[in-house]
Amino acid sequence: MPKVTYIEHNGTEHAVEVPVGLSVMRGAVDNNVPGIDADCGGECACATCHVFVDPAWEARTGTPSEQEASMLSFAATKQDNSRLSCQIEMTAALDGLVVRMPEAQH
Amino acid sequence: MEPATARVVIIGAGHAGSNAAAFLRQYGWPGEIILLGEEPVLPYHRPPLSKAWLKGEATAESLALRPAEFYGKQNVALRLGAPVEAIDRGAKSLRLAAGEVLAYDHLILATGARARRIPLPGADLPLVHTLRNAADADRLKAGIGPGRRVVVIGAGWIGLEVAASARALGAAATVLEAQDRVLARVASPALSAFVDAAHRRHGVDLRLRVGIEAIEPDAVRLADGTRIPADLVLLGVGAVAEDTLARAAGLAAPGGGIRVDGSARTADPAIHAIGDCTVRPLPGGAMGRLESVPSATEQARQAAADLCGRPVPAPEVCWFWSDQYELRIQVAGLAQGAALGVFRGDPAAGDRLAVFHLDAAGAVQAVEAVNAAPEFMAGKRLIALGRPVPPARLADPATPLAALATA
Repeated sequence: MPKVTYIEHNGTEHAVEVPVGLSVMRGAVDNNVPGIDADCGGECACATCHVFVDPAWEARTGTPSEQEASMLSFAATKQDNSRLSCQIEMTAALDGLVVRMPEAQH
Repeated sequence: MEPATARVVIIGAGHAGSNAAAFLRQYGWPGEIILLGEEPVLPYHRPPLSKAWLKGEATAESLALRPAEFYGKQNVALRLGAPVEAIDRGAKSLRLAAGEVLAYDHLILATGARARRIPLPGADLPLVHTLRNAADADRLKAGIGPGRRVVVIGAGWIGLEVAASARALGAAATVLEAQDRVLARVASPALSAFVDAAHRRHGVDLRLRVGIEAIEPDAVRLADGTRIPADLVLLGVGAVAEDTLARAAGLAAPGGGIRVDGSARTADPAIHAIGDCTVRPLPGGAMGRLESVPSATEQARQAAADLCGRPVPAPEVCWFWSDQYELRIQVAGLAQGAALGVFRGDPAAGDRLAVFHLDAAGAVQAVEAVNAAPEFMAGKRLIALGRPVPPARLADPATPLAALATA
Protein backbone atom coordinates (compact mmCIF):
# COMPACT_ATOMS: atom_id res chain seq x y z
CA MET A 1 0.00 0.00 0.00
CA PRO A 2 1.39 3.47 -0.85
CA LYS A 3 2.84 5.49 2.00
CA VAL A 4 2.48 9.18 2.79
CA THR A 5 4.70 11.07 5.19
CA TYR A 6 2.91 13.87 7.00
CA ILE A 7 5.20 16.36 8.75
CA GLU A 8 3.70 18.46 11.52
CA HIS A 9 4.64 22.12 11.84
CA ASN A 10 6.89 21.20 14.78
CA GLY A 11 8.76 18.67 12.62
CA THR A 12 7.16 15.48 13.92
CA GLU A 13 6.86 12.97 11.08
CA HIS A 14 4.07 10.45 10.60
CA ALA A 15 4.55 7.83 7.88
CA VAL A 16 1.28 6.05 7.23
CA GLU A 17 -0.17 3.75 4.59
CA VAL A 18 -3.02 5.27 2.60
CA PRO A 19 -5.14 2.99 0.37
CA VAL A 20 -5.34 3.92 -3.32
CA GLY A 21 -8.53 5.88 -3.97
CA LEU A 22 -8.70 7.55 -0.58
CA SER A 23 -7.72 11.19 -0.23
CA VAL A 24 -4.53 12.36 1.47
CA MET A 25 -6.82 14.11 4.01
CA ARG A 26 -8.59 10.84 4.79
CA GLY A 27 -5.23 9.13 5.30
CA ALA A 28 -4.39 11.67 8.00
CA VAL A 29 -7.79 11.55 9.70
CA ASP A 30 -7.96 7.76 9.69
CA ASN A 31 -4.57 7.60 11.42
CA ASN A 32 -5.19 10.50 13.82
CA VAL A 33 -2.33 12.55 12.38
CA PRO A 34 -2.47 15.93 14.13
CA GLY A 35 -2.63 19.14 12.09
CA ILE A 36 -5.35 18.30 9.57
CA ASP A 37 -8.78 19.27 10.83
CA ALA A 38 -10.99 18.54 7.80
CA ASP A 39 -14.07 20.13 9.35
CA CYS A 40 -16.27 19.56 6.28
CA GLY A 41 -15.27 15.95 5.76
CA GLY A 42 -13.86 16.34 2.27
CA GLU A 43 -16.41 18.58 0.55
CA CYS A 44 -13.88 21.28 -0.38
CA ALA A 45 -15.97 23.68 1.71
CA CYS A 46 -13.68 24.70 4.55
CA ALA A 47 -9.96 24.74 3.73
CA THR A 48 -9.03 23.15 7.08
CA CYS A 49 -7.05 20.29 5.50
CA HIS A 50 -4.44 22.63 4.04
CA VAL A 51 -1.01 21.09 3.36
CA PHE A 52 2.20 22.08 1.62
CA VAL A 53 3.22 19.48 -0.96
CA ASP A 54 6.92 18.71 -0.92
CA PRO A 55 8.42 20.37 -4.03
CA ALA A 56 9.64 17.01 -5.33
CA TRP A 57 6.01 15.84 -5.51
CA GLU A 58 4.26 18.94 -6.85
CA ALA A 59 4.18 17.78 -10.47
CA ARG A 60 2.66 14.42 -9.55
CA THR A 61 -0.07 15.79 -7.27
CA GLY A 62 -1.33 18.04 -10.06
CA THR A 63 -2.93 21.45 -9.86
CA PRO A 64 -5.91 22.58 -7.80
CA SER A 65 -9.36 22.87 -9.39
CA GLU A 66 -10.91 26.33 -9.60
CA GLN A 67 -13.01 25.66 -6.47
CA GLU A 68 -9.98 24.44 -4.53
CA ALA A 69 -7.85 27.36 -5.70
CA SER A 70 -10.44 29.87 -4.56
CA MET A 71 -10.79 28.16 -1.17
CA LEU A 72 -7.02 28.30 -0.80
CA SER A 73 -6.62 31.87 -1.97
CA PHE A 74 -7.26 33.38 1.47
CA ALA A 75 -5.77 30.70 3.67
CA ALA A 76 -3.71 32.53 6.27
CA THR A 77 -0.47 30.76 5.36
CA LYS A 78 -0.84 30.09 1.63
CA GLN A 79 2.24 29.19 -0.39
CA ASP A 80 2.74 28.23 -4.03
CA ASN A 81 2.71 24.53 -3.07
CA SER A 82 -0.47 24.80 -0.98
CA ARG A 83 -3.16 22.20 -1.56
CA LEU A 84 -6.29 20.99 0.17
CA SER A 85 -5.44 17.42 1.05
CA CYS A 86 -9.07 16.30 0.56
CA GLN A 87 -8.58 17.02 -3.14
CA ILE A 88 -5.48 14.86 -3.61
CA GLU A 89 -6.49 11.29 -4.37
CA MET A 90 -4.04 8.58 -3.48
CA THR A 91 -2.58 6.60 -6.40
CA ALA A 92 0.22 4.08 -6.67
CA ALA A 93 2.31 6.83 -8.32
CA LEU A 94 2.10 8.88 -5.11
CA ASP A 95 3.82 6.21 -3.00
CA GLY A 96 6.33 8.12 -0.87
CA LEU A 97 4.48 11.47 -1.01
CA VAL A 98 5.61 14.03 1.57
CA VAL A 99 3.32 16.82 2.80
CA ARG A 100 3.85 19.40 5.52
CA MET A 101 1.18 20.96 7.70
CA PRO A 102 0.79 24.68 8.41
CA GLU A 103 1.01 25.93 11.99
CA ALA A 104 -2.78 26.10 12.25
CA GLN A 105 -5.82 25.40 10.07
CA HIS A 106 -7.94 28.22 11.51
CA MET B 1 -1.14 15.87 33.18
CA GLU B 2 -3.46 13.28 34.64
CA PRO B 3 -2.26 9.94 35.97
CA ALA B 4 -2.22 7.20 33.36
CA THR B 5 -5.17 5.55 35.04
CA ALA B 6 -7.56 8.51 34.76
CA ARG B 7 -10.64 7.59 32.77
CA VAL B 8 -12.58 9.88 30.44
CA VAL B 9 -16.05 8.76 29.48
CA ILE B 10 -17.65 10.49 26.50
CA ILE B 11 -21.43 10.22 26.16
CA GLY B 12 -22.37 10.60 22.52
CA ALA B 13 -20.41 9.43 19.47
CA GLY B 14 -21.35 12.07 16.90
CA HIS B 15 -18.90 14.58 15.43
CA ALA B 16 -18.30 16.19 18.82
CA GLY B 17 -17.80 13.02 20.87
CA SER B 18 -15.71 11.04 18.43
CA ASN B 19 -13.54 14.06 17.60
CA ALA B 20 -12.98 14.61 21.33
CA ALA B 21 -11.69 11.04 21.62
CA ALA B 22 -9.33 11.59 18.67
CA PHE B 23 -8.07 14.95 19.96
CA LEU B 24 -7.49 13.54 23.46
CA ARG B 25 -5.09 11.00 21.97
CA GLN B 26 -3.47 13.62 19.70
CA TYR B 27 -2.85 15.79 22.75
CA GLY B 28 -1.40 12.90 24.73
CA TRP B 29 -4.16 11.83 27.12
CA PRO B 30 -2.53 8.88 28.89
CA GLY B 31 -5.56 7.22 30.46
CA GLU B 32 -8.57 5.27 29.40
CA ILE B 33 -11.09 6.72 26.93
CA ILE B 34 -14.56 5.20 26.69
CA LEU B 35 -16.76 6.51 23.87
CA LEU B 36 -20.43 5.60 24.26
CA GLY B 37 -22.71 5.74 21.23
CA GLU B 38 -26.44 5.27 21.42
CA GLU B 39 -26.76 4.21 17.79
CA PRO B 40 -25.56 0.79 16.61
CA VAL B 41 -23.37 2.16 13.78
CA LEU B 42 -19.83 3.60 13.63
CA PRO B 43 -19.67 7.38 14.21
CA TYR B 44 -20.57 9.08 10.94
CA HIS B 45 -20.82 12.37 9.07
CA ARG B 46 -24.27 13.82 9.65
CA PRO B 47 -24.39 16.56 6.98
CA PRO B 48 -24.63 14.13 4.02
CA LEU B 49 -27.77 12.48 5.47
CA SER B 50 -30.01 15.11 3.85
CA LYS B 51 -27.95 15.26 0.67
CA ALA B 52 -25.50 12.67 -0.74
CA TRP B 53 -26.79 9.83 1.46
CA LEU B 54 -30.42 10.52 0.57
CA LYS B 55 -29.55 10.64 -3.11
CA GLY B 56 -27.64 7.35 -2.93
CA GLU B 57 -24.29 9.00 -3.67
CA ALA B 58 -22.59 7.98 -0.41
CA THR B 59 -21.69 4.59 1.06
CA ALA B 60 -21.61 3.47 4.69
CA GLU B 61 -17.83 3.53 4.36
CA SER B 62 -17.65 7.09 3.05
CA LEU B 63 -20.17 8.20 5.66
CA ALA B 64 -18.10 6.86 8.58
CA LEU B 65 -16.01 9.51 10.32
CA ARG B 66 -13.20 7.01 10.72
CA PRO B 67 -12.77 3.31 9.91
CA ALA B 68 -13.64 0.68 12.53
CA GLU B 69 -9.95 -0.14 13.19
CA PHE B 70 -9.27 3.46 14.17
CA TYR B 71 -10.72 3.10 17.64
CA GLY B 72 -8.72 0.03 18.57
CA LYS B 73 -5.50 1.50 17.16
CA GLN B 74 -6.03 4.68 19.18
CA ASN B 75 -6.94 2.70 22.28
CA VAL B 76 -10.42 4.20 22.43
CA ALA B 77 -13.05 1.85 23.82
CA LEU B 78 -15.92 2.52 21.42
CA ARG B 79 -19.16 1.02 22.67
CA LEU B 80 -22.02 1.23 20.21
CA GLY B 81 -25.69 0.63 20.98
CA ALA B 82 -24.95 1.73 24.53
CA PRO B 83 -27.46 4.38 25.64
CA VAL B 84 -26.89 5.94 29.05
CA GLU B 85 -29.73 6.03 31.53
CA ALA B 86 -28.44 8.25 34.32
CA ILE B 87 -25.45 10.18 35.62
CA ASP B 88 -24.56 10.19 39.32
CA ARG B 89 -22.38 13.30 39.70
CA GLY B 90 -21.78 12.66 43.41
CA ALA B 91 -20.40 9.18 42.79
CA LYS B 92 -18.80 10.21 39.45
CA SER B 93 -20.44 7.32 37.68
CA LEU B 94 -23.08 6.64 35.09
CA ARG B 95 -25.50 3.83 34.49
CA LEU B 96 -26.04 2.32 31.07
CA ALA B 97 -29.52 1.34 29.98
CA ALA B 98 -28.32 -2.25 30.10
CA GLY B 99 -27.69 -1.83 33.83
CA GLU B 100 -23.89 -1.62 33.90
CA VAL B 101 -22.37 1.13 36.07
CA LEU B 102 -19.26 2.93 34.74
CA ALA B 103 -17.09 5.15 36.91
CA TYR B 104 -15.45 8.25 35.41
CA ASP B 105 -12.78 10.71 36.43
CA HIS B 106 -13.88 13.11 33.69
CA LEU B 107 -17.08 13.11 31.73
CA ILE B 108 -17.71 14.74 28.36
CA LEU B 109 -21.35 15.22 27.41
CA ALA B 110 -21.77 15.17 23.62
CA THR B 111 -25.42 14.20 23.46
CA GLY B 112 -26.34 16.35 20.46
CA ALA B 113 -29.79 17.57 19.60
CA ARG B 114 -33.10 16.01 18.70
CA ALA B 115 -35.69 17.11 16.18
CA ARG B 116 -38.26 19.51 17.56
CA ARG B 117 -41.79 18.16 17.47
CA ILE B 118 -44.82 20.38 17.22
CA PRO B 119 -48.21 19.58 18.70
CA LEU B 120 -49.95 19.17 15.37
CA PRO B 121 -52.89 16.80 14.93
CA GLY B 122 -51.61 13.82 12.94
CA ALA B 123 -47.93 14.44 13.72
CA ASP B 124 -47.63 10.81 14.84
CA LEU B 125 -48.95 9.34 11.60
CA PRO B 126 -46.62 6.92 9.79
CA LEU B 127 -46.04 9.25 6.83
CA VAL B 128 -44.46 11.88 9.13
CA HIS B 129 -40.66 11.89 9.42
CA THR B 130 -37.96 13.90 11.12
CA LEU B 131 -34.26 13.79 10.22
CA ARG B 132 -31.44 13.67 12.74
CA ASN B 133 -29.72 10.32 12.38
CA ALA B 134 -28.88 7.56 9.91
CA ALA B 135 -31.96 5.49 10.79
CA ASP B 136 -34.19 8.52 10.10
CA ALA B 137 -32.38 9.04 6.79
CA ASP B 138 -32.85 5.42 5.75
CA ARG B 139 -36.59 5.59 6.43
CA LEU B 140 -36.78 8.84 4.50
CA LYS B 141 -34.79 7.44 1.60
CA ALA B 142 -37.16 4.49 1.29
CA GLY B 143 -40.08 6.89 0.91
CA ILE B 144 -38.66 9.33 -1.65
CA GLY B 145 -38.53 8.49 -5.33
CA PRO B 146 -39.93 9.35 -8.76
CA GLY B 147 -43.56 10.38 -8.60
CA ARG B 148 -43.73 10.48 -4.81
CA ARG B 149 -45.23 13.58 -3.22
CA VAL B 150 -43.01 14.97 -0.47
CA VAL B 151 -44.29 17.76 1.76
CA VAL B 152 -41.75 19.55 3.93
CA ILE B 153 -42.97 21.53 6.93
CA GLY B 154 -40.43 24.23 7.76
CA ALA B 155 -38.08 26.05 5.35
CA GLY B 156 -34.91 25.75 7.43
CA TRP B 157 -31.65 24.14 6.31
CA ILE B 158 -32.76 20.53 6.78
CA GLY B 159 -36.14 21.05 5.14
CA LEU B 160 -34.68 22.83 2.13
CA GLU B 161 -31.89 20.29 1.68
CA VAL B 162 -34.40 17.45 1.75
CA ALA B 163 -36.63 19.30 -0.74
CA ALA B 164 -33.64 19.70 -3.07
CA SER B 165 -32.72 16.02 -2.73
CA ALA B 166 -36.34 15.01 -3.33
CA ARG B 167 -36.37 17.01 -6.56
CA ALA B 168 -33.10 15.40 -7.63
CA LEU B 169 -34.71 11.99 -7.01
CA GLY B 170 -37.66 12.86 -9.21
CA ALA B 171 -40.20 13.42 -6.43
CA ALA B 172 -42.62 16.34 -6.26
CA ALA B 173 -41.76 18.66 -3.37
CA THR B 174 -43.87 21.18 -1.50
CA VAL B 175 -42.33 23.33 1.23
CA LEU B 176 -44.60 24.99 3.79
CA GLU B 177 -43.25 27.83 5.93
CA ALA B 178 -45.02 29.92 8.57
CA GLN B 179 -42.66 32.91 8.24
CA ASP B 180 -42.61 35.32 5.31
CA ARG B 181 -39.31 33.97 3.93
CA VAL B 182 -37.20 30.81 3.87
CA LEU B 183 -34.34 30.49 6.39
CA ALA B 184 -35.91 33.35 8.35
CA ARG B 185 -34.15 32.45 11.58
CA VAL B 186 -30.67 31.91 10.15
CA ALA B 187 -30.15 34.00 7.01
CA SER B 188 -30.36 37.61 5.88
CA PRO B 189 -33.29 38.54 3.62
CA ALA B 190 -30.90 38.65 0.63
CA LEU B 191 -29.77 35.05 1.09
CA SER B 192 -33.35 33.98 1.78
CA ALA B 193 -34.49 35.52 -1.50
CA PHE B 194 -31.66 33.88 -3.44
CA VAL B 195 -32.39 30.42 -2.04
CA ASP B 196 -36.14 30.91 -2.47
CA ALA B 197 -35.66 31.61 -6.18
CA ALA B 198 -33.50 28.52 -6.66
CA HIS B 199 -36.12 26.23 -5.15
CA ARG B 200 -38.91 27.68 -7.29
CA ARG B 201 -36.69 27.39 -10.38
CA HIS B 202 -36.23 23.71 -9.57
CA GLY B 203 -39.94 23.12 -9.36
CA VAL B 204 -40.56 23.22 -5.62
CA ASP B 205 -44.03 24.41 -4.65
CA LEU B 206 -42.89 26.83 -1.97
CA ARG B 207 -45.60 28.41 0.16
CA LEU B 208 -44.79 31.10 2.72
CA ARG B 209 -46.94 32.50 5.56
CA VAL B 210 -49.00 29.34 5.76
CA GLY B 211 -50.56 27.89 8.89
CA ILE B 212 -51.03 24.16 9.19
CA GLU B 213 -54.20 22.71 10.61
CA ALA B 214 -53.40 19.01 10.62
CA ILE B 215 -51.58 16.17 8.98
CA GLU B 216 -53.85 13.49 7.51
CA PRO B 217 -52.92 9.96 6.40
CA ASP B 218 -52.44 11.18 2.82
CA ALA B 219 -52.29 14.96 2.96
CA VAL B 220 -51.40 18.09 4.88
CA ARG B 221 -54.37 20.35 5.61
CA LEU B 222 -53.62 24.09 5.79
CA ALA B 223 -55.34 26.65 8.00
CA ASP B 224 -57.25 27.99 5.01
CA GLY B 225 -58.66 24.54 4.29
CA THR B 226 -56.38 23.67 1.36
CA ARG B 227 -55.39 20.00 1.27
CA ILE B 228 -51.94 19.21 -0.10
CA PRO B 229 -51.69 15.54 -1.06
CA ALA B 230 -48.67 13.85 0.50
CA ASP B 231 -47.01 10.45 0.45
CA LEU B 232 -44.38 11.59 2.91
CA VAL B 233 -44.12 14.55 5.30
CA LEU B 234 -40.85 15.83 6.75
CA LEU B 235 -41.10 17.94 9.89
CA GLY B 236 -38.14 20.31 9.71
CA VAL B 237 -38.96 22.77 12.44
CA GLY B 238 -35.67 22.95 14.27
CA ALA B 239 -33.78 20.98 16.86
CA VAL B 240 -33.65 21.13 20.63
CA ALA B 241 -30.61 20.33 22.74
CA GLU B 242 -30.62 16.72 23.95
CA ASP B 243 -30.13 17.53 27.63
CA THR B 244 -32.28 14.83 29.25
CA LEU B 245 -29.37 13.21 31.12
CA ALA B 246 -27.87 16.54 32.12
CA ARG B 247 -31.26 17.84 33.28
CA ALA B 248 -31.83 14.83 35.52
CA ALA B 249 -28.34 15.42 36.93
CA GLY B 250 -29.10 19.10 37.63
CA LEU B 251 -26.77 20.38 34.93
CA ALA B 252 -29.12 21.79 32.29
CA ALA B 253 -29.91 25.46 31.73
CA PRO B 254 -33.49 26.53 32.48
CA GLY B 255 -34.15 27.33 28.82
CA GLY B 256 -32.63 24.04 27.62
CA GLY B 257 -29.12 22.95 26.75
CA ILE B 258 -25.97 22.69 28.84
CA ARG B 259 -24.19 25.94 29.58
CA VAL B 260 -20.43 25.94 28.92
CA ASP B 261 -17.59 28.46 28.84
CA GLY B 262 -14.96 28.94 26.13
CA SER B 263 -13.14 25.85 27.39
CA ALA B 264 -16.30 23.70 27.14
CA ARG B 265 -16.46 23.49 30.93
CA THR B 266 -19.82 23.05 32.64
CA ALA B 267 -20.63 24.10 36.20
CA ASP B 268 -19.31 20.70 37.35
CA PRO B 269 -15.49 20.63 37.30
CA ALA B 270 -15.50 16.94 36.32
CA ILE B 271 -17.80 17.48 33.34
CA HIS B 272 -17.30 19.16 29.96
CA ALA B 273 -20.02 19.47 27.35
CA ILE B 274 -19.53 19.90 23.59
CA GLY B 275 -21.50 20.19 20.37
CA ASP B 276 -25.19 20.67 19.67
CA CYS B 277 -26.23 20.03 23.29
CA THR B 278 -24.43 23.14 24.57
CA VAL B 279 -25.32 26.76 25.19
CA ARG B 280 -21.99 28.37 24.41
CA PRO B 281 -20.31 31.76 24.09
CA LEU B 282 -21.15 33.30 20.71
CA PRO B 283 -19.31 35.96 18.72
CA GLY B 284 -20.13 39.31 20.32
CA GLY B 285 -20.30 37.87 23.82
CA ALA B 286 -23.84 36.51 24.02
CA MET B 287 -24.61 32.91 24.98
CA GLY B 288 -26.53 30.68 22.61
CA ARG B 289 -26.63 27.47 20.63
CA LEU B 290 -24.59 26.96 17.50
CA GLU B 291 -25.66 23.79 15.72
CA SER B 292 -22.86 23.00 13.31
CA VAL B 293 -20.06 20.56 12.67
CA PRO B 294 -17.32 23.24 12.96
CA SER B 295 -18.67 24.31 16.36
CA ALA B 296 -18.77 20.69 17.56
CA THR B 297 -15.20 20.18 16.39
CA GLU B 298 -14.01 23.44 17.95
CA GLN B 299 -15.50 22.49 21.30
CA ALA B 300 -14.06 18.97 21.04
CA ARG B 301 -10.63 20.61 20.70
CA GLN B 302 -11.36 22.88 23.68
CA ALA B 303 -12.38 20.02 25.97
CA ALA B 304 -9.48 17.79 24.91
CA ALA B 305 -6.93 20.61 25.32
CA ASP B 306 -8.35 21.55 28.72
CA LEU B 307 -8.23 17.96 29.98
CA CYS B 308 -4.67 17.51 28.71
CA GLY B 309 -3.46 20.69 30.38
CA ARG B 310 -2.83 22.47 27.08
CA PRO B 311 -3.79 26.07 26.38
CA VAL B 312 -7.27 26.13 24.89
CA PRO B 313 -7.11 27.36 21.26
CA ALA B 314 -8.34 30.87 20.41
CA PRO B 315 -12.01 31.05 19.40
CA GLU B 316 -12.63 30.24 15.75
CA VAL B 317 -14.84 32.16 13.35
CA CYS B 318 -18.06 30.14 13.29
CA TRP B 319 -19.18 28.98 9.89
CA PHE B 320 -21.62 26.73 8.14
CA TRP B 321 -22.26 25.28 4.71
CA SER B 322 -25.13 23.81 2.74
CA ASP B 323 -25.42 22.32 -0.74
CA GLN B 324 -28.72 22.63 -2.60
CA TYR B 325 -28.98 21.94 -6.35
CA GLU B 326 -26.08 23.79 -7.96
CA LEU B 327 -25.78 26.12 -4.96
CA ARG B 328 -22.82 25.88 -2.61
CA ILE B 329 -23.90 28.07 0.30
CA GLN B 330 -21.22 29.14 2.80
CA VAL B 331 -21.84 31.42 5.76
CA ALA B 332 -19.30 32.68 8.30
CA GLY B 333 -20.05 34.70 11.42
CA LEU B 334 -23.54 35.67 12.53
CA ALA B 335 -25.40 38.28 10.47
CA GLN B 336 -28.03 39.06 13.10
CA GLY B 337 -27.84 42.62 14.42
CA ALA B 338 -25.49 43.85 11.69
CA ALA B 339 -25.56 47.57 10.91
CA LEU B 340 -25.00 47.34 7.16
CA GLY B 341 -25.18 44.76 4.40
CA VAL B 342 -22.80 45.22 1.46
CA PHE B 343 -23.25 43.28 -1.78
CA ARG B 344 -20.20 42.50 -3.83
CA GLY B 345 -21.25 42.16 -7.42
CA ASP B 346 -24.80 42.22 -8.70
CA PRO B 347 -27.16 40.22 -6.44
CA ALA B 348 -29.66 39.99 -9.30
CA ALA B 349 -27.13 38.33 -11.63
CA GLY B 350 -28.54 35.00 -10.55
CA ASP B 351 -25.71 32.50 -10.39
CA ARG B 352 -23.81 33.78 -7.37
CA LEU B 353 -24.27 35.94 -4.29
CA ALA B 354 -21.88 37.56 -1.83
CA VAL B 355 -23.09 39.73 1.06
CA PHE B 356 -20.82 41.11 3.74
CA HIS B 357 -22.49 42.20 6.99
CA LEU B 358 -20.74 45.02 8.81
CA ASP B 359 -21.09 45.92 12.49
CA ALA B 360 -21.55 49.45 13.85
CA ALA B 361 -17.78 50.02 13.80
CA GLY B 362 -17.57 49.05 10.12
CA ALA B 363 -15.87 45.68 10.62
CA VAL B 364 -17.16 42.56 8.87
CA GLN B 365 -19.15 40.41 11.31
CA ALA B 366 -20.56 37.94 8.81
CA VAL B 367 -20.42 36.89 5.19
CA GLU B 368 -23.02 34.98 3.21
CA ALA B 369 -21.79 33.47 -0.04
CA VAL B 370 -23.41 31.33 -2.71
CA ASN B 371 -21.06 29.86 -5.32
CA ALA B 372 -18.63 32.53 -4.17
CA ALA B 373 -15.82 30.74 -2.37
CA PRO B 374 -13.30 33.60 -2.64
CA GLU B 375 -15.71 36.02 -0.97
CA PHE B 376 -16.50 33.45 1.72
CA MET B 377 -12.84 32.84 2.49
CA ALA B 378 -11.96 36.54 2.37
CA GLY B 379 -14.95 37.30 4.61
CA LYS B 380 -13.86 34.68 7.11
CA ARG B 381 -10.41 36.30 7.24
CA LEU B 382 -11.92 39.78 7.58
CA ILE B 383 -14.10 38.61 10.49
CA ALA B 384 -11.01 37.23 12.20
CA LEU B 385 -9.05 40.45 11.56
CA GLY B 386 -11.90 42.51 13.02
CA ARG B 387 -10.88 45.87 11.59
CA PRO B 388 -13.11 48.33 9.72
CA VAL B 389 -13.29 47.91 5.94
CA PRO B 390 -14.49 50.68 3.61
CA PRO B 391 -17.89 49.45 2.31
CA ALA B 392 -17.34 50.98 -1.12
CA ARG B 393 -14.15 48.98 -1.67
CA LEU B 394 -15.80 45.83 -0.40
CA ALA B 395 -18.65 46.33 -2.86
CA ASP B 396 -16.44 47.03 -5.85
CA PRO B 397 -15.45 43.87 -7.74
CA ALA B 398 -12.51 45.85 -9.12
CA THR B 399 -10.92 45.98 -5.65
CA PRO B 400 -9.05 42.69 -5.26
CA LEU B 401 -10.25 40.76 -2.22
CA ALA B 402 -6.65 40.02 -1.40
CA ALA B 403 -6.03 43.74 -0.90
CA LEU B 404 -8.72 43.80 1.78
CA ALA B 405 -8.21 40.47 3.48
CA THR B 406 -4.47 40.12 3.78
CA ALA B 407 -1.88 41.71 6.04
